[in-house]
Amino acid sequence: MATTETLTAKNLAAGQLPGSAVDRYARRKLINYIFVGLTSIATAVAITALVMILYSLVAKGFSGLNLTVFTVDTPAGGEDLGSGGLRNAIVGSLMICAMGMLLAVSIGIMAGTWLAEYGDGNKLATIVRFLNDVLLSAPSILIGLFAYELFVVPFHGGSAIAGAIALAIVTTPVVTRTTEDILRLQSSQLREAGVALGAGKGLVIRSIIWRASRTGLVTGGLLGFARMSGETAPLLFTTAGNQFFSMNVTQPIASLPYTIANFALSADDNWRRLAWVASLLIAAAVLSANIIGRHLARGSQNK
Amino acid sequence: MADAAVSLVQAGPQRIEDSPGASSTGRKDAIFHGLCFSAAMVLMATLAGLLISLAVGGWPAISHFGLQFFTSSEWNPSGTPDHPEFYGAAGPIVGTLITALVAMLFALPLAIGIAVFLVEFCPKSIEHWVAIAVELLAGIPSIVYGMWGLFVLAPWFEEHVMTPLRLVAMDHPGGFADHLMTGASSGSNIFTASIILAIMVLPFIATVFRELLLSVPTHVREASYGMGCTPFEVVANIMLPYIRKSAVGAAMLGLGRALGETMAVTFIIGNSHAFPKGVFDSGSTIASTIANEFAEATGDLHTSALIALGFVLFVITFSVLAAARLLLGQETQ
Repeated sequence: MATTETLTAKNLAAGQLPGSAVDRYARRKLINYIFVGLTSIATAVAITALVMILYSLVAKGFSGLNLTVFTVDTPAGGEDLGSGGLRNAIVGSLMICAMGMLLAVSIGIMAGTWLAEYGDGNKLATIVRFLNDVLLSAPSILIGLFAYELFVVPFHGGSAIAGAIALAIVTTPVVTRTTEDILRLQSSQLREAGVALGAGKGLVIRSIIWRASRTGLVTGGLLGFARMSGETAPLLFTTAGNQFFSMNVTQPIASLPYTIANFALSADDNWRRLAWVASLLIAAAVLSANIIGRHLARGSQNK
Repeated sequence: MADAAVSLVQAGPQRIEDSPGASSTGRKDAIFHGLCFSAAMVLMATLAGLLISLAVGGWPAISHFGLQFFTSSEWNPSGTPDHPEFYGAAGPIVGTLITALVAMLFALPLAIGIAVFLVEFCPKSIEHWVAIAVELLAGIPSIVYGMWGLFVLAPWFEEHVMTPLRLVAMDHPGGFADHLMTGASSGSNIFTASIILAIMVLPFIATVFRELLLSVPTHVREASYGMGCTPFEVVANIMLPYIRKSAVGAAMLGLGRALGETMAVTFIIGNSHAFPKGVFDSGSTIASTIANEFAEATGDLHTSALIALGFVLFVITFSVLAAARLLLGQETQ
């Protein structure tokens, strides 16, 4: 092996290459070119998929979009194409998400704080962190079943609150995880400086660490919102759906994902149109929350 | 100066006990600690509650049908006196495993390709945009993938792949195409569901792979380049073996997601409970069966059978995700 290499080097210096070395070099180069090509194709495939999905969304969503989408409630089946709107579903989605976010953010930030600030060297914290990570990717339909057993069966019917709790269970692990990561970024000098001033640990966390991590916490909330607002499976059995406008939190309520699930699988053209419009609205909300969140995260990291 | 500091430190605990303001701060701290601790415990209780409620809710069906619940593929909710209702979950369980595995077959090579491209070959000027595109792909909600699969992918697949294959199969009975088309139904089938799943899990796996590749120490990479290795040789012989263990974890993380994905699959898999006859046959997964039938479940046994399915899904995904986390370690998300 070693002799071949020295030989090759000598020949190289003399300006003459043995045929086998040229072949081998050419082959290695060729394999490398093929490899670069394949990885580029893989990337191109992913980008193509994204472009195709966004194109369908925009083409089919925008063509069905009009002002009545925001001012009129969901129509009954069999109405003329273009009639009816999504007002009740939009308001319902906003209500469920607002309640869910309130729960998820308060529990998530507290739990994340406990993991980051009180959990070091604690066996229980390791377990909680592990279970939180598992819950983070647990199938959301199972969380829907759980919320159904817990909040729908005892009250004999779905409600906006049950849906909000189900969404909160889906989102809390996201907020917990980001909160812990963000708080860990803060330097220990900051904590020590606070303690040196005579502040207790809790006060240091609340008025120094949280304040320094403000942007990061907002990012965590936005990413949680992005996850929550597109979730459909947990709403299927918990909110029960509602064809009419309702702002009563203890009653069944309409929501955009639920409306899509119902309308898309029907044969009614008007319903299918509204399903595409609703998909466009949800995707727009989710993607902008995602982009703003990531942008904020990058901005705060650069500082 | 030093003396003053020492005296302050010594005076510290005493002063906290003395002054009323300080002791109220101490109490506030204890309350705050308690609140944070209980929030963390709420998370744990939720996961435990999830497991218990699924086990309790599903027990009547499992105890009623015993082992047959897992081995039979007969799913008959409408019972008559001579033909009582019966629930065997083999169809959905197998459907779940097949769709997830086929999806991984597509997603894994693509994800590795994307991660390697981003880390090794991507020009700096477009790297940012590619990364954003991958993030967007991860952000699109499941139900939007479902809409796209149902209205764009399935009709396209039916027209441009299945129709030609069907013609070939008719010309050559017993040939490869004929085998492939066994039990083929419409464009909404196990195969197209797997494609959608692959697109959905792709960005998650690619992101983790990218982080793993970036975690390979620079000197290891540079040493191999210094030896005259081509980029392919560096990636294939040095970097991939270096991240081997975590890479398996990343793949399992994707698998866990694919197993539990609900809405997109429900829209496109065709929803039949029978044992799938081929890859182009319509089928069902555990999640799609629950999503389809739970709201209209006819009786207690039907509801219980669906919750039992949920329990099976929980056990499968929990083991896969737990294994993935252990392999990945705690550092990477």
